Amino acid sequence: MVKYAHLIPLFPFIAFAINILFGRRLKKASAVISITASTISLAIAAVTYAGFLKGGGSYAVGRWLSFGGIPLDFGVTVDGLSCMMLMVVTIVGTLIQVYSVGYMHDDKRFSRFFAYLSLFMGSMLGLLLSDNFVMLYIFWEGVGLCSYLLISFWFERPAAAKAGMKAFITTRIGDTGLLIGILLLFFSAKTLYFRDLGHLGINDALLTVIALLIFCGAVGKSAQFPLHVWLPDAMEGPTPVSALIHAATMVAAGVYLVARTYGLFIAHHGALIWVAYIGAITALMAATIATVNNDIKRILAYSTISQLGLMMLALGVGGYEGGTFHLMTHAFFKALLFLCAGSVIHAVHTQDIFKMGGLLGKMKVTGWTFIIGSLAIAGVPPLSGFWSKDEMLSEILREGHPFLFAIAVITSLLTAFYMFRLIFVVLFGKPRSELHAHESPAVMTIPLAVLAVFSVFAGFFKPVKVEYFMLGVSMFIVIGGIGTAYVFYILGNKVLPASVRSKFSFLYKIILNKYYIDEIYEAALIRPCMSLAKFAASFDLRFVDGAVNLTAYLSMIAGRIQSWFDKYIVDGAVNMVANITWLCSAVFRRLQTGFIQNYILIAFLGLAIMILIKLIGGY
Amino acid sequence: MSVSASIGYFLPELILAGAAIAVLIAGLFIRNKAVLGALCLAAIILSICNMPHSFQATGPLFSNMLINDSFSEFFKEITLLVMGLVILISIGYKPLDDESAGEYYFLLMSAAVAMMLAAASDNLIMIYISLEAISLISYILTAFLKHNRSSSEAALKYFLFGTLSTGVMLYGISFIYGLFGTTDLSAISSALLSSGVNGLAASVSLILIFAGLSFKCALIPFHMWVPDTYQGAPTPITAFLSAGPKAIGFAILIRIFLKNFFPMFPDWVDIVQAVSIITMTAGNILAINQEDIKRMLGYSSIAQAGYILIGFVVGTSLGIQAVMYYIIAYVLMNIGAFGCVILVFNSIKSDCIEEYSGLSRREPALAFCLTVFLLSLAGIPPLAGFFGKFMVFAAAIQSKYYMLAIAGVINSVLAVFYYVKVIKFMYLNDPRTSVKEPKPFPAKLAIIIALIGILVIGLFPVPFINWIGNSLL
Repeated sequence: MVKYAHLIPLFPFIAFAINILFGRRLKKASAVISITASTISLAIAAVTYAGFLKGGGSYAVGRWLSFGGIPLDFGVTVDGLSCMMLMVVTIVGTLIQVYSVGYMHDDKRFSRFFAYLSLFMGSMLGLLLSDNFVMLYIFWEGVGLCSYLLISFWFERPAAAKAGMKAFITTRIGDTGLLIGILLLFFSAKTLYFRDLGHLGINDALLTVIALLIFCGAVGKSAQFPLHVWLPDAMEGPTPVSALIHAATMVAAGVYLVARTYGLFIAHHGALIWVAYIGAITALMAATIATVNNDIKRILAYSTISQLGLMMLALGVGGYEGGTFHLMTHAFFKALLFLCAGSVIHAVHTQDIFKMGGLLGKMKVTGWTFIIGSLAIAGVPPLSGFWSKDEMLSEILREGHPFLFAIAVITSLLTAFYMFRLIFVVLFGKPRSELHAHESPAVMTIPLAVLAVFSVFAGFFKPVKVEYFMLGVSMFIVIGGIGTAYVFYILGNKVLPASVRSKFSFLYKIILNKYYIDEIYEAALIRPCMSLAKFAASFDLRFVDGAVNLTAYLSMIAGRIQSWFDKYIVDGAVNMVANITWLCSAVFRRLQTGFIQNYILIAFLGLAIMILIKLIGGY
Repeated sequence: MSVSASIGYFLPELILAGAAIAVLIAGLFIRNKAVLGALCLAAIILSICNMPHSFQATGPLFSNMLINDSFSEFFKEITLLVMGLVILISIGYKPLDDESAGEYYFLLMSAAVAMMLAAASDNLIMIYISLEAISLISYILTAFLKHNRSSSEAALKYFLFGTLSTGVMLYGISFIYGLFGTTDLSAISSALLSSGVNGLAASVSLILIFAGLSFKCALIPFHMWVPDTYQGAPTPITAFLSAGPKAIGFAILIRIFLKNFFPMFPDWVDIVQAVSIITMTAGNILAINQEDIKRMLGYSSIAQAGYILIGFVVGTSLGIQAVMYYIIAYVLMNIGAFGCVILVFNSIKSDCIEEYSGLSRREPALAFCLTVFLLSLAGIPPLAGFFGKFMVFAAAIQSKYYMLAIAGVINSVLAVFYYVKVIKFMYLNDPRTSVKEPKPFPAKLAIIIALIGILVIGLFPVPFINWIGNSLL
């Protein structure tokens, strides 16, 4: 029953159209429309999955367009990867929409929010189903647009508006690479289908370039180093958005893209190893930043960047199974963690973890599901995170990369540490400030519970053989990370972290400032660009103006000199020339069109340069 | 073909010329710009119906002065589309009074005839005359708001610059005449193929002609008039100037350079390539800091011309197809954007981008339309602007002009910034006033046509590409 797969994105798009057009009249009913649409998509996705297990596969819906003599079909990919992601996106998406009913209940743009969520769902599902680069690119930009709209959803806050802009522009840098890659692929291999990527008849060097360009798109979308800077700022958006788009689904699109075009990468290892090292740098860097940050959502954002880096690392060494498996489990527990964070923020109205404390007693469901999510991401057996992380680690080691393996282990250790730093500070101990916390309504806690169940059991979807060495490594990571956090934040509360901080104050300062990457971009890229634009505009307006006045002044002087010259030397007709020059400039200045002389001067200079180039260069 | 036999193929132009005179006389009695506008629109529709609509060339007309081929028919239809839209938005333009509407439409219709002649000219003299006719009418139209200082100033600048450019072009044509002894393009191209020519003299004269046409297409360094003129001219005329003469300029460029002088391709391609890169880069950089939306759109149209020029430099059939597709998209999105600017101006009396704050809350439909046009100009899929850019870059990559493709792609990223800036003002800032003006139906109709146009040709490009493919030279 796979033949209905192309209908999956349709329903969210319809929901978007209804909500955007009639949202004002529908008010709260718009949530019902969005959730119904997502549920229908979920049902069709489940049917598709069942059909795939019975042996169904990809199919074409019809001819879309023909370009340069090469036809392009409107096709749908149905395989293990797309089915898995379809299920994840529809399940997580539906639950988050239910949760949003509670979270956004008194927002004045309630229906607009659900319209955007539906648009996002439709685009994301379309992206997953695309069977060629053109469709993928269109939906790719679509999810980017939704991300921009939703980050700056509370645009009254300047930080939110700015963060939206930053996300849009940063990811577009990556998208530019992706577009060039797609075009290069099309003209060198004459195909845009993913299914042809394994057997392209083009040379290795070009293949590597194409693969790296496509990877650029993944780097932007999945917030990998050096384009990771937008994701922490994206936390200015509403928390359900952070959970859905900036943790579980859209940011995973980059990893999905690499997995989808894997044929291109494994054909030549030159490109693949880049993926591994970019992933490794990102994973370690983001994990260290997460250990010192105090903002509950930003800690989770850096955690997302780090986990995505781990997936890239696994894919980069050839660990396709582990990388995509972790993509699935991560979606569940990271969505859960964000929703828990949202529930906490909803209750205490602050994001600083050191203003919270002892919340477990007051928020039972949120607290326990938060702990389950953290155990899952830390990799405690037999929760889902354990299985996928275990498989990634063993693949990295099996492919013969001990150095990268060490980085992955350190990252995992740091993950366990910062997650339980968060848990111990927020949920245990004594309240640090006057907080009147209360448990969130059922419409928010039920999705938490469902996601918690998935976070526990999602690992069993895929049978994995346990190796005792890896089990040992995992136990070392879990006990080391959680134990250190326990010693730091429960036993040696305040004293121990401070002493460590002062001992490594230089390192601490660098990490606290996120390795100064934002500052470097500001100084090296943004400011020069802005000043170039300002300079060019002021050149056009002011310098030209000044030059005109100067010209007029000079021609006046020239006129005087010439008239003096004429008076005594030539006389008569030539005298007129000087007078006319002067007269013209005076007339033009009075009409304020003095500019025009300069315009024409520039035009003629350009023409002269063109002809000179021809004369010197050509002959 | 003799004069009498040619008349039959000349019906669309005759209808327009007749309508121009009719509307001038009718304007003495009927002082109502809507009624007169409707008259012109009827003539335009009648003229479209009388197009041959066949993809067979019937060959030269009027003693080889004009040529009747599907390429010229394509640009004639673009001309009529531009004119139709411009007349629709003119009806809704407040500063245009009913008293002088007759003259105004007369001038627009005459410009349409001149543009159709330019698209079909097969003789350098004919090209020069029809271009000069377009220019003269454009100068008058720019100055049409007689009591408005900036309108007169804009016209004067435009006039001075234009006169010099056409002079340069005429100088180039005189060289060509000296080299070949004829101004007939077909005769020149067969002479070029059979006997060869003094390469240096010919390439210098081609550069002179290119300079003259660059003025029409607003390519750097012949662009200096654009921002001042666009800002000062009545907005419907700005829309017209940014779309009509530019499209015709490209048509003539293609006809002269890619058809008749194609054997000399290597002689001029490197210079035009440099002009393309400089045009799009400088246009975009200058657009970033503009505060007046008409000025910003002026610089943006310079940058867009740079992209279009990529397809021209490539010169393959895919390249020309890309140029023609891009021109349709460009005409629709630019006129649409200016149409929105007019409606905004009607209510807030300002073209300042900051005054667009909160437009989405005051006039959501208008803000949405302007957003679509700007996103299309920025090249966001699935709008027509995206597909145009895609085709142009694809053509460049196919013919291994990687520099051009990379410059184009980088530029289109740069351009997003200033288009999105306007969208940001409309959607993210608070409105400053709550004035709401009723919007005239014709202007709304023009915007809706343009909006549907860019969606349709962006989503279903195939029939349009087929049409263009059949209209190639």
